[in-house]
Amino acid sequence: VVGGGHLGKQWYQRRVGKQWYQRRVRGVYGTGAESLYTKNEFESGEDKLILAISSDRGLCGGVHSGLGKAIKAAHAEKPITKTIIVGDKAKAILQRTMGDTFLATFNNVGKKPASFTDAINVAEEVLSHEADTVDIVYNKFINVVSYDSTTKPIPGVASIEANDAIYNYDEVDSEVLKCYQEFTLANIVYHSIREQECSEQSARMNAMENATRNAGEMIDKLTLAYNRTRQAVITRELIEIISGANALE
Amino acid sequence: WYQRRVREAVVSTQSTGAFRTIAVRTAALCRRAMATEAGSTFPLTFSSPTSALFNEAAVKQVDIPSTTGHFGILPNHVPTIAILLPGVVSITTEAGDIQKFFVSSGTATIHADSTVQILAEEICDVADIDGNAARAALEASKSKLASASSEADKAAAQIEVDVYEGMVAVA
Repeated sequence: VVGGGHLGKQWYQRRVGKQWYQRRVRGVYGTGAESLYTKNEFESGEDKLILAISSDRGLCGGVHSGLGKAIKAAHAEKPITKTIIVGDKAKAILQRTMGDTFLATFNNVGKKPASFTDAINVAEEVLSHEADTVDIVYNKFINVVSYDSTTKPIPGVASIEANDAIYNYDEVDSEVLKCYQEFTLANIVYHSIREQECSEQSARMNAMENATRNAGEMIDKLTLAYNRTRQAVITRELIEIISGANALE
Repeated sequence: WYQRRVREAVVSTQSTGAFRTIAVRTAALCRRAMATEAGSTFPLTFSSPTSALFNEAAVKQVDIPSTTGHFGILPNHVPTIAILLPGVVSITTEAGDIQKFFVSSGTATIHADSTVQILAEEICDVADIDGNAARAALEASKSKLASASSEADKAAAQIEVDVYEGMVAVA
């Protein structure tokens, strides 16, 4: 129907299957990377930078629009001043209302699975801008049929140092903390990008399956209508011929 | 062995009062001993972006090369965060065998509840390192360092030299 429809359901399932397997591996890495933030409460700073993660490709259901809605809702609640966008779809959705907050946008996203190097590039861009907290907005993969737009707050070095919990950790100085934050940000960005890809892939698969099913139903209905019409025409001609023949007798 | 101790305590006493005291003290000793045995491992997560080698697996000890020095982690280690240098992470599993992996860089986090997360950018088994290839790469990176001009190039070349030196030391 669209995209890989001609290659069949099996092809899509194989591709998504590979993503799901890699996701299990990545999940370990991703949850490990956030462990410092999940085990300790760090306050979010006032100055937020939103990192929106989507991709360039569409035809994936409500994935990108869900993300746009979440960001617009946050913007309505408290105005956002800085955003970095990964992917042309999110850029298109947010351009009109929040175009002036864009600090950087990334494109050529989504054709191939992102590598760690891509995540490093995004993380470097994020780190080059001043902010107290970085909120990563992406679609979290729940299962094959559902995903949810999630915001993950990453506190900055200043926020962490302001909280006493960090001093439970031995031998932590500013240098170590800064290095740690940079690497952890790259890790979490990588994890988020891949989660988003997974959500998109499964959403695309569902959307295509629905489209195929709807098209199939339409074909069935139209075939019936066609046959009925054809038979009606034949019946009418027969009636004309027979009544014509009867009239001649 | 604690059952034997209890039996010894029962045999060696002469009055019921003493027996109960000794039994209670022996039981307390056994409970403490059992507690130490149960606390002799801690959950380790050791992973890179592409491979998860240990996922909250119980291990006895982990040695890591960090910027603050090469140190070992045992259960109930003081919480800390550390940056890894290129070097060997050696893990003593619950079964007792030691596994060694070469890491290029990364972070290590030890939490108050004794869970440890070691996240490395690149991990490879020490056995997979080809000494000759590593030595050749080290020479190439040293000449790159010598010919590097800008600060960023110099830093990148220095990192390469460090990583290959680490690999050559292990191969």
